[in-house]
Amino acid sequence: MTGALLLLLVLSPTVAAAGCLILRRPRWCEGLNLAAAAVSLLVALALPPLALGGPRLYWQTYVRLDAAGAWTILCTAVVYFLASLYAVGYMRLLDEDRRLPRFYALFAAFACTMLAAPLMNNIGVYWIAVELTTLVSTFLVGFELGRESIEAAWKYIIVVSAGISLALLGTLLFYWGGSLVAGPTYDMTWEVLQGLAPRIDPVLLDTAFLLVLIGYGTKVGLAPMHTWLPDAHSEGPAPVSAMLSGALLNTAMLGILRFLGVLDPAHGDLLPRTVLVALGAFSLLVAALFIVRQQGIKRLMAYSSVEHMGVLALAFGFGGPLGIAGGLYHMLNHSLNKSLMFFGAGNVMRGYGSKEIPAIRHVLSIYPRSGLLWLAGAVAITGAPPFGLFLSEITILRAGLAGPNAWAVAIMLVLLIVIFIGFLNHFRLMYFDDRGPLPAAAKPLSAWCVAPMILAIIPLLVLGLWWPQAFWHFFAIVAQQLRGGT
Amino acid sequence: MSYAHLDPIAASLFSLLAIASLLLSFIMLGSRWLRDYLLAFTLQSWLIALLSAAVGYTAGYPELYLIALLTVLFRGLLLPYLILRIIRRLKVDRELHLSLSPSASLVIGALLVVFAFVVATHMGNRLGLAGSVTVLALTVMLSMKLIGFLMLAVRHEAISQILGLLELENGIFLGSQILVPGMPLLIELVILFDLLIVVASFGVLVRYLLTHVGSTDSRELRRLTG
Repeated sequence: MTGALLLLLVLSPTVAAAGCLILRRPRWCEGLNLAAAAVSLLVALALPPLALGGPRLYWQTYVRLDAAGAWTILCTAVVYFLASLYAVGYMRLLDEDRRLPRFYALFAAFACTMLAAPLMNNIGVYWIAVELTTLVSTFLVGFELGRESIEAAWKYIIVVSAGISLALLGTLLFYWGGSLVAGPTYDMTWEVLQGLAPRIDPVLLDTAFLLVLIGYGTKVGLAPMHTWLPDAHSEGPAPVSAMLSGALLNTAMLGILRFLGVLDPAHGDLLPRTVLVALGAFSLLVAALFIVRQQGIKRLMAYSSVEHMGVLALAFGFGGPLGIAGGLYHMLNHSLNKSLMFFGAGNVMRGYGSKEIPAIRHVLSIYPRSGLLWLAGAVAITGAPPFGLFLSEITILRAGLAGPNAWAVAIMLVLLIVIFIGFLNHFRLMYFDDRGPLPAAAKPLSAWCVAPMILAIIPLLVLGLWWPQAFWHFFAIVAQQLRGGT
Repeated sequence: MSYAHLDPIAASLFSLLAIASLLLSFIMLGSRWLRDYLLAFTLQSWLIALLSAAVGYTAGYPELYLIALLTVLFRGLLLPYLILRIIRRLKVDRELHLSLSPSASLVIGALLVVFAFVVATHMGNRLGLAGSVTVLALTVMLSMKLIGFLMLAVRHEAISQILGLLELENGIFLGSQILVPGMPLLIELVILFDLLIVVASFGVLVRYLLTHVGSTDSRELRRLTG
């Protein structure tokens, strides 16, 4: 039964992608992609409870459903659904009906690779799935075929492929270390590696983990490997930016989280966690510096993604049940919130015909309703109450204070405040600066462009006011499963 | 995989092939002609295929013959052919602007090999494998990895960057043949196909670059900053 659900989860976007290529009618493709997204979301909502009873294996153990994977899939499916809704409205504005079938085929295929990657039981196959996400999304980043988008796509594929080859090297070293104790041939699944890790030499283990961390860290966008991220996120069409930021980064983060789970029970060495925490703190620093001085509206959102991936790195680096719970809660909140922010940025870019923040003034006079939603989203993404990110960031800070890397908590706190001021200052100028000229009235936005913003802000508000008890229970089980328990 | 009781002839054959591959990456560093890069990469792939077959024969892994065959087909013939086509279509035959002269890159490359050797020796000593062919394989793998990154950093032609990436993967490939010859077949197969996809998409990107940007020099790509 669950196996059929997983098949449905991965097959529905695949069918949509194939259908788009065959039908080649823009309106039908929109519908197909949207239907696939809705099916994926329904399936993804059903998955987390199914993963509670311990990791389950399917198809000759190639597919594995565990709690952390189910949660990542849920985040991806939520973003996929919201972005598909938004794409209907946004892509019509681009006036490229002829190329729309290709767009939706790539879009669905991209979603498919991201939904499949967390399910891969074999560590090598997981690596391949992550690499596939890069290949498919390159074409989405370069979809607009402008000078800048091609440049962004090129940087994206070169930097990420080079970075992720380090993850392959790390994976190879893990396998080699295992082969010294378990014989030359074995299936390198997460569980097997977890069993072997205590008997592998700790120095080899740490080296392999650092390589994997740099490799997947490139994909996650942790500074200083983040250089591709602002370009790729700012040059793709807005729905693609939302998918990259809200879904793709989490998929790679899951790899780091699982490798930490392999290392943790093996030896009490603090080095891997400290490096992860340091990368997270450095990402926050880089994000803070670039957010304060940012001129491009989508680049602002992209650096905010670097910030939040830094927060996730800190959360998982602090570790413990509290760190994992805060991190996973943050993952969902960030996915919802960053989609909302990119949708708003896309609307404003279309309305003003510019990506530059100084050109955008008096947003409320053009977009009274969606402007308010975007402003609320901006307050939320800086971690202010009463939205979900406030709760998750507070939880992460508490987790940090309890652990050995408490120094990072102070850094995190200061930088979060700097980012809060810098980020909201841009919004103050865009909304309330009286000096700018009043813009000409823009075309009203279609409901497709506003509805997903409403759909994103409601759960964000609910999650900020109420952290369901069931979530605590679920996160505790994730933490347990990551350490190898059931 | 431990090679404590390896036949000395086999051990020297492995070492010879590994070191020859490493030398070929220095040819890439020391030249500015794209065809030299391509030739070095092709030869390297053939050597790696030979190495797979040799390891398969000595250690008794028949599936490595298949890997060797696939390596020759994809990395030794198909990939070079595709890249040669791109080179012809682009009408660019050499690096026009070197940010690091070939001789300087050779020296830095040599330093990187020394670094890789120190790391590999240290690891070999810890694992009790000092002096074996394993340490050599680790050294060559890490060196090729570092040299690939050096290529990516100092060469600006799109083709050089693609070849730099492929060089990174070749390093891993070579290392995996000696270190973990028993790694499940599936992985290596998919890696071969994965590479094919990489080059296909790069071909498209290079075409886009040419039609829209007018040059394949990545130094032109500097509009997105900050």
